[in-house]
Amino acid sequence: MQISGSQMVIEALIAEDVTTVFGYPGGAIMNVYDEIYKQNDFKHILTRHEQAAIHAAEGYSRASGKVGVAMITSGPGFTNAVTGLADAYMDSIPLVVISGQVPMSLIGTDAFQEIDAVGISRSCTKHNYLVTDAKDLARILKEAFHIAATGRPGPVHIDIPKDVTAQIAEFDYSLKLSLETYKPHIKGNPRQIKKAIEAIAKAKRPLFYLGGGIINANASDEVRDFVHRTGIPAVETFMARGTLSHDDSLLISMLGMHGSYAANMAMSETDLVIGLGARFDDRVTGKISEFAKNADVIHVDIDPASISKLINADYPIVGDVKNVVNDMLKLSSDIDSAKYKPWRETISNFDNLHPLTYHEDTDRLKPQWVIERVGELLGDDANISTDVGQHQMWTAQFYPFSRPRQFMSSGGLGTMGYGFPAAIGVKAASPEKISINFTGDGSILMNCQELMTAVEQKLPVINIILNNNFLGMVRQWQTLFYDKRHSETDLSVQPDFVKLSEAFGGIGYRVKTKEEFDAALKDAIDKNIVAFIEVIVERMENVMPMVPAGGSLFNMMLLQKKEK
Amino acid sequence: MTESNERRVVSVIVVNEASVLSRITDLFSGRGYNITSLTVAPIPDSKYSRLTIVTSGSVRVIEQITKQLHKLIPILRVYEHADLVEKEMALVKFPISDNITDINTLCEAYNGKIVNVGENVIIAMVADEPKRIENFLKIITRYNPKEIVRSGAVALER
Repeated sequence: MQISGSQMVIEALIAEDVTTVFGYPGGAIMNVYDEIYKQNDFKHILTRHEQAAIHAAEGYSRASGKVGVAMITSGPGFTNAVTGLADAYMDSIPLVVISGQVPMSLIGTDAFQEIDAVGISRSCTKHNYLVTDAKDLARILKEAFHIAATGRPGPVHIDIPKDVTAQIAEFDYSLKLSLETYKPHIKGNPRQIKKAIEAIAKAKRPLFYLGGGIINANASDEVRDFVHRTGIPAVETFMARGTLSHDDSLLISMLGMHGSYAANMAMSETDLVIGLGARFDDRVTGKISEFAKNADVIHVDIDPASISKLINADYPIVGDVKNVVNDMLKLSSDIDSAKYKPWRETISNFDNLHPLTYHEDTDRLKPQWVIERVGELLGDDANISTDVGQHQMWTAQFYPFSRPRQFMSSGGLGTMGYGFPAAIGVKAASPEKISINFTGDGSILMNCQELMTAVEQKLPVINIILNNNFLGMVRQWQTLFYDKRHSETDLSVQPDFVKLSEAFGGIGYRVKTKEEFDAALKDAIDKNIVAFIEVIVERMENVMPMVPAGGSLFNMMLLQKKEK
Repeated sequence: MTESNERRVVSVIVVNEASVLSRITDLFSGRGYNITSLTVAPIPDSKYSRLTIVTSGSVRVIEQITKQLHKLIPILRVYEHADLVEKEMALVKFPISDNITDINTLCEAYNGKIVNVGENVIIAMVADEPKRIENFLKIITRYNPKEIVRSGAVALER
């Protein structure tokens, strides 16, 4: 059929079964917004900043498993969105982001709101397109959704000049894609898989190292099966939280810079790392040369470039982790769970020696208590987003995650301001769950304008602001490594968070005691509107254990033990 | 595994489309890899172009370069050459003097000749292995070359 470029965008979104789009209109994308106005097939959620639109699409994608879609205008609309693109790129979140561009005739003339968008997004997207003719749009849109969701997922950016959105051309979305140069390798090499299984059967102290790729691949069920079948203990990366349930006896905890003592010691003592969809990030490995020093490494990843990038893989397996684990399961009859009993006991001893805990020894509430308490009260009924900083690490350490896609946080890029808009997207994707955003007094101000979105769209996100009047994580490093010179991290001057939320039509609470917190949380859930629960917490609490940057995993700073 | 910064030649087959070259050069600059030389030309009767990139790095770095290149969507194939035939061309402008014959003889030894004679200058062309081109350029300094252009290497696997 002959339709305009704008109509093509709408038709493609409908064909891709998109039900929610996040965005912000502007001059160059107006033709598309005109078509959005005319349709009733999908919902558009107007955020109050383009960065938030991308984070909301990320949250939506992570909670639903679908491709997130966001729409923005040219120039500043696009540049505001760049942080979101980079965030999705680092965490392998499938997005299609459509931006307007100045008309073709004005490109290169420094026109009003012109910026070389594809030049900027090239290094922070999986792929990008500048559409120069409406007749290419069907193919480009279809390719974009395909590329975003397959292989190692990631954001794809499509930049459409205004005249192209007005141009009439032939549109046929049933076209077959012929991407000769893009064929992700999804089936693992059977010989490598067999060798890996033999290595597992031979190992004395093997360890599963579970990464976010498992969640992307929807492979948690298979991984749970595999872990239970083999009886091999597992550590999770930050991105993999929820792969195994918190009460799984084979789950040690998170590893890495703020991983548990037992998880980091297990990684240091293991003789075989079974890496599934994890990328050996520097926050996980610490000092590379000391990481899992006595171990061989099995590395399953869909991205060949992740294999042997930092840690040499003895058994590299390129493939979709779901396929590979399924293949491994079929061969796992030789693996004798009983054989690893002493190893499981060793790990259990590590955990008894230095369990992941905190001391309630101050008048003020401890932030870890707040997170544990929400876990006790809501558990599986809540989806959890976070911002970035201390509260983020405490959430990963102390929230009892029980399923994949329950935890949404900016892992790779570490974007403050991610949490609130992401939690809005999460709520839009799964309205039946309570959407909690654990945030800090620093992070929340980086996208607090999204109160307006949440109020308007009736998306009752509960923001739990762990207020220590500090940019806490930086303050912790300054305390530990900069001789307590707290340069520009004291946030004593703050807005009234209760009034701030109320000013937008939300609800606010300031709490100082456990009873007040319980009451506020209950009231916020009952009232069912967007809320700020400001919790006054201990100012100088540190995230422990901690492996100083560049240190070895087994050299942790530990929580000081209390005299009984 | 050697960790020394060895010279490597990588050939890349790419879809001949807008901005594909920037994708490749951005990847090199963004990840801190070096490009010593780079040549591009379309492959006849196809929608592809072939790039020859001379780079340097440890075995691990070169492996990453080839993997990261392969991740780019419009890239069809990446070869890291071990056993290859490699050639490079150079054009050199000399002032005209009594040495024309000397220069011509020298060029012949490097698969070249004088390709243009003007009023005040001559232009000579040589085509040979990159190492020999370096030699040639060293030797001809005595004839006071005014300008030198090198093409960058092209290579084919044996």
